[in-house]
Amino acid sequence: MSTTYNQADPYAGSYDTTEGRIYTVTGGDWDATFGADPIGEERLVVNMGPQHPSTHGVLRLVLDLEGETVTKARVVIGYLHTGIEKNTEYRTWTQGTTFVTRMDYLAPLFNEAGYCLAVEKLLGIEAPQRAQTIRVLVMELNRIASHLVALATFGMEMGALTGMTNGFRERETVLDLLEEITGLRMNHAYIRPGGLAQDLPEGAVEHIREFLKVMPARVADFHKLLTGQPIWQRRLKDVGYLDVTGCVALGVTGPILRAAGLPWDLRKVEPYLGYETYDFEVPTADTADAWGRYLVRMAEVNESMKIIEQALDRLEPGPVMVEDRKIAWPAQLSLGADGMGNSLDHVRHIMGQSMEALIHHFKLVTEGFRVPAGQVYLPIESPRGELGYHVVSDGSTKPWRVHVRDPSFVNLQATAAMSEGGMIADVIAAVASIDPVMGGVDR
Amino acid sequence: MSDDGGAGLEAAQGAAAPGGGFRKGAFGVSGSGDTSGFGGLVRVEPGGAVSLHSTERPYGGYFDEVTDALIEAVGEATYAAGVPRVLVDRGEITYFVVREHLLTLVQALRDDDALRFELCSSVSGVDYHDSGGPVATPERPRLHAVYHLTSMTYRRRIRLEVAVTAEDPHVPSVARIYPTADWHERETFDMFGIVFDGHPALTRILMPDDWDGHPQRKAYPLGGVPVEYHDATIPPPDTRRSYR
Repeated sequence: MSTTYNQADPYAGSYDTTEGRIYTVTGGDWDATFGADPIGEERLVVNMGPQHPSTHGVLRLVLDLEGETVTKARVVIGYLHTGIEKNTEYRTWTQGTTFVTRMDYLAPLFNEAGYCLAVEKLLGIEAPQRAQTIRVLVMELNRIASHLVALATFGMEMGALTGMTNGFRERETVLDLLEEITGLRMNHAYIRPGGLAQDLPEGAVEHIREFLKVMPARVADFHKLLTGQPIWQRRLKDVGYLDVTGCVALGVTGPILRAAGLPWDLRKVEPYLGYETYDFEVPTADTADAWGRYLVRMAEVNESMKIIEQALDRLEPGPVMVEDRKIAWPAQLSLGADGMGNSLDHVRHIMGQSMEALIHHFKLVTEGFRVPAGQVYLPIESPRGELGYHVVSDGSTKPWRVHVRDPSFVNLQATAAMSEGGMIADVIAAVASIDPVMGGVDR
Repeated sequence: MSDDGGAGLEAAQGAAAPGGGFRKGAFGVSGSGDTSGFGGLVRVEPGGAVSLHSTERPYGGYFDEVTDALIEAVGEATYAAGVPRVLVDRGEITYFVVREHLLTLVQALRDDDALRFELCSSVSGVDYHDSGGPVATPERPRLHAVYHLTSMTYRRRIRLEVAVTAEDPHVPSVARIYPTADWHERETFDMFGIVFDGHPALTRILMPDDWDGHPQRKAYPLGGVPVEYHDATIPPPDTRRSYR
């Protein structure tokens, strides 16, 4: 038990003074014993994730390090693979919405819109004007929510925890609106082939307008909290550099490409849902780094608010589902004493008045509608870039194949290009600036 | 890692399924779910892909310009040999490409000044096995690798399709031309078993490395796979209790 201190300690040199013996504790004697850098390198392989709080979900990174410099970054994915593409092949076209909405779970309405637009293109139909406007409205609300999470997790991963709490707080206000409109905070299944599940509820427009009044101040707070902050700037500037050539070669789209200076936004270059009639800017930056991506996302929140305002102004009363009863969902939802459910009028009609209506309801709900054979590729601009739906029909009531070109999946490939040669701490900034959503990456 | 789709599973399940046939779909549902019986009267050509017809010129829109530029870039003989069919449907153009000429065509599509398809949006697969159209045979291969190319300069999109059989599922990799195709091709290999020759590291990406079969092939069941966890095996949901 007793330790003898009179032996010479290799890590503590000692000398005598009038006050007694003084020990100077120093580091290891590795260099003295083995000579500096005996094997010519100091390679260390570090595994990050898939359960690391800074890897944005179940993302696994295998990093080769020399000192603190990353020499090689490998990305391992697949931990959240749920076979959604395969599942859609076993359900009707309408049920497909409920699957695809669960892929990129921060942008569910974009998944629904992309899928439904693809199905509508196969069918050769177009949703009514009001439905299109509401789609734009909810998508832009969703874009704000998604960007707020991107900024919040960015803050958290950089150590700016107030950025995280603020971001999630503002996002909650958007989710409250989406809950009011669609009934659910996430995974809405609100946009359906042919239109929408239901019209805007009473009071929703007013609540969105209130939100539009509050939000600019919240964005300004974000700028006050983070944009001017020297630590925030130094963590982000010149980190995760990827220029336009690199982006295009790696297929990277969305805020990352725009932060490299190319104003490529599908809402402008290949407009859908009447985006060409809305007045908004495509924010860009020329820094091609994490800082530029942060600024682009902040600016896009403002642009989305402009679009929402215009969408609210042009809302005209009208149907939100195509009139073709062979496609339109037969049951109408309404608010009863016991909550939201099938409208009692509709239930009365099919159960008591019309046998044909009952058969029609049964056929359409269980079997679904047929979609003519063919294939389409439909890209839309999700908060993370080009979200493409490659949908193939063989003419039956179920999709033959639904492939999703998820922007997170493609953008994540840029991790190595962004982080190799940099510091390990900057890997976190680079991945956070990509803003991957693993639900979309792994599908 | 076998190239025969879910053949192992197929054999294993075929024995258990009633009638010895391979069961498709969860909970024993098969066919379209059609309750009227009229659905069976429709014979359709799936995706315009296994179908054999070709669109006649002019294709309309920018499709003619793209096709002319492509012919000029690779030469008439190569184009004729490499692109046996072209299909224009729903405002989209599909070039059906012979795999031997894929790289020549893709290189020209990316580099030629009049084409400039800089961005490879997506590479994926489709399995047309038993799709209700013409039967998939060696002449009409069932596995299709589908490429969506985007020209950011001219704002154009085209689709290329390469068809291969399940017995010889080899397609040259375009990852050298489009680095973004790296993960896309890995996913397509993982899900369909299409082998992209020349890919830098063609391994599984979404499924575990030791997974058996290629899940998105049509013969592969949905939910029919037992889950192993901590030495216990949980049977697939459709066999846990009787739903029929």
